[in-house]
Amino acid sequence: MYEILRREKWQDVLYSMWLKAPHIARAAQPGQFVILMTDEKGERIPLTIADIDREEGWIQIVFQIVGKTTTKLAQMNEGDELYAFVGPLGKPSEIDKYGTVVTIGGGTGIACVYPITKALKEAGNRVITIIGARTKDLIIMEDEMRKASTELLVTTDDGSYVRKGFVTDVLDEVLQREKNVRKVWAVGPAIMMKVICDVTKPYNVETIACLNAVMVDGTGMCGSCRVTVDGETKLTCVDGPEFNGHLVDWPEFLNRLLKYDQQEKQSLEIYNESLEAEG
Amino acid sequence: MTKMIPMKERGKRQQRAIRQQPVEERIHNFNEVPLGYTKEDAIYEAQRCLQCESPTCKDGCPAEVNIPEFIKKIVEEDFFGAYFELLKTNSLPAVCGRVCPQENQCYKTCVWNKAGKPVAVGRLERFIADWAREHNVHEESPKVKRKNKRVAIVGSGPAGLICAADLAKLGYDVTIFEALPKPGGVLIYGIPEFRLPKAIVEYEVNEIKRLGVTIVTNFVVGLTRRVDELAEEFDAIFLANGAGAPRFMGIPGENLNDVYSANEFLTRSNLMKAYRFPEYDTPIKVGKKVAVIGAGNVSMDSARTALRLGAEEVHIVYRRTRKEAPAREEEIAHAEEEGIIFDFLTLPTRVFGDEKGNITGVECIRMRLGKPDESGRRRPVPIEGTNFIMKVDMFIDAIGTSANPIVARSATGVQTNKWGYFVTDEKTCATTRAGIFAGGDIVRGAATVISALGDGKRAAKAIDDYLSSGGSLKENRQ
Ligand SMILES: Cc1cc2nc3c(=O)[nH]c(=O)nc-3n(C[C@H](O)[C@H](O)[C@H](O)COP(=O)(O)OP(=O)(O)OC[C@H]3O[C@@H](n4cnc5c(N)ncnc54)[C@H](O)[C@@H]3O)c2cc1C
Ligand code: FES
Repeated sequence: MYEILRREKWQDVLYSMWLKAPHIARAAQPGQFVILMTDEKGERIPLTIADIDREEGWIQIVFQIVGKTTTKLAQMNEGDELYAFVGPLGKPSEIDKYGTVVTIGGGTGIACVYPITKALKEAGNRVITIIGARTKDLIIMEDEMRKASTELLVTTDDGSYVRKGFVTDVLDEVLQREKNVRKVWAVGPAIMMKVICDVTKPYNVETIACLNAVMVDGTGMCGSCRVTVDGETKLTCVDGPEFNGHLVDWPEFLNRLLKYDQQEKQSLEIYNESLEAEG
Repeated sequence: MTKMIPMKERGKRQQRAIRQQPVEERIHNFNEVPLGYTKEDAIYEAQRCLQCESPTCKDGCPAEVNIPEFIKKIVEEDFFGAYFELLKTNSLPAVCGRVCPQENQCYKTCVWNKAGKPVAVGRLERFIADWAREHNVHEESPKVKRKNKRVAIVGSGPAGLICAADLAKLGYDVTIFEALPKPGGVLIYGIPEFRLPKAIVEYEVNEIKRLGVTIVTNFVVGLTRRVDELAEEFDAIFLANGAGAPRFMGIPGENLNDVYSANEFLTRSNLMKAYRFPEYDTPIKVGKKVAVIGAGNVSMDSARTALRLGAEEVHIVYRRTRKEAPAREEEIAHAEEEGIIFDFLTLPTRVFGDEKGNITGVECIRMRLGKPDESGRRRPVPIEGTNFIMKVDMFIDAIGTSANPIVARSATGVQTNKWGYFVTDEKTCATTRAGIFAGGDIVRGAATVISALGDGKRAAKAIDDYLSSGGSLKENRQ
């Protein structure tokens, strides 16, 4: 069905996989995502499409172990098959020739912002890319990113690589130095995207946030992923995942992300205990 | 072999009740509530049928089931024959026997209905379908000549499944595309286990697959492939993608954390089996005190699911009265038996929450019934000054669904109305583009399994006519 063609462990908790899905690769555009289930009892989780190859018919995903599903996924091997893999979902990014644009990726968000960055540069933009992570080991796809953008800036929270600081610190510097930034794309943890929006607001630069809402179907059927944008309820999976970040109701969004926090923790704990019991 | 009984005897009998799981037990499990007829029950009930010369019961059945004929076979204890009689027109008998609103259909047109005791056609249908499943009776694959024409069906709910079955029996090469990982539509993701066991749906879907139908799951038409693209590969298309988009009331506070659409709540519980969390990975949250808004089947299902998941008190809040409630009579009765509290003539106006986004209560207003509206039902009007606060920690919107635009957006030349439903010819299900047909909820708005089924059958006939007379989408590329 949906075979894992290649699996790479990039870091302790960071993995990338290439999956066979010609029908999805055929239709996928930058900014879109997939939903997968590892097995029949699994949960549905959305993951951004990091890269595709239409000819070879594969999709690349990058993920960090955060809960039970990503733990199970990381344990799967090349040749194994996913129970469900569906996409491409969501609206593609609005790729156009804007002039100078900034793309920002935090953590696994780096992988998600990669196809957008590549497409923006191919469309003739001057693309300044900022990537950041907690520490050096979590900086991923640096070489690919350097190729995909006009200028790449790297930062780590702890200063273990290139420089110390958050992506927002770097962004502020860029906005001070560049007077013509037309649009900013932010992909990463929700709180990072929110702070990025706070930074760009005074500069009045349109900022696109790629929201990682809690989803079930991913096709507009359940409403789990709803978010308030400019006072209106939108579905992240069909109206998004990209929204004008200055119009997103962030406090509500951040609350909604925590909806199943306790259950997710419980689920992971029980699973880890069962693994230990099995030795 | 059992025999017909004298007319006088038939008149004396009452409708045979169905055995049920006791209330105290069933509110703690997800097992089916009605346990079905025994063989003796079925024969007793079947014997009541008058075998009318011009039977009116059939008029009430959108699937055109030959009701007196299959009932006669039950009386003769020819269950095998009864099963094949059912299958002639309806490939989902175990489903229909359980979820059809018979009180508006065959019960209503049965001559015994005047005496208040229609023949329990649905229970008999269920009995036969269950008997066939338990005895491993299968329909033979059709021995018709394969036709060299391909039909694509979007959606594997009842409309899509029946259309596929009927076309496969005629020899067409049929592929269903389904967005979810399991086929069945609402039968799988919406209607709970305690009302329609999923193993039964899976069984009937497998029977349809045995006819040669291919089902491609995890495939979102409109995103994975556009309808326009399918039109280049297939000779005809049937759009049966249901009315799957959730509707919210549009009142303040509806994006708080424990406000669910019924679709989300039921999908988590049924499709993803969150009721078996943590054995299954998908979580679900249930409050202590739950308000479910609306009084259709979906609302009864949500309320009874919440109860089974451990809610202490479940309210159904509805702005009209019990009389106007659109749910099947049986579902309302079951909900009442299980202790669901009905707040009729009540309308929520606002949901309150704390700073963490959790619900603390709902403000409601009392209503009274005014003059009838376009639907003929009396319009509820708020009574000023009757606002009050209901303390709840969970709120489920079950006020209906609407059209999801994903499929329509990818179908050039297929017209939709202002609500996004496909515009079709009532008799043929033909859309405004030749070779593309549509039926079920995506045409009618949220309706019933049996009306979806009726559409699927009509569409299959029309598609056969279209293809037999030389039509093909491939020749009319737009
Ligand atoms: C909780 C609940 C309880 C109900 N109870 C009853 C009852 O007791 N009796 C009764 O008669 N009716 C009942 N109904 C209504 C009944 O289920 C529907 O009217 C019926 O299922 C409609 O059938 P359908 O085939 O048109 O669509 P659906 O059953 O909705 O099936 C549509 C299918 O299409 C798929 N789909 C959607 N979009 C796409 C896409 N883009 N690509 C591919 N596939 C897609 C969906 O995933 C779904 O599987 C109930 C409905 C609900 C929600
Ligand atoms: S995930 Fe269900 S509507 Fe978006």
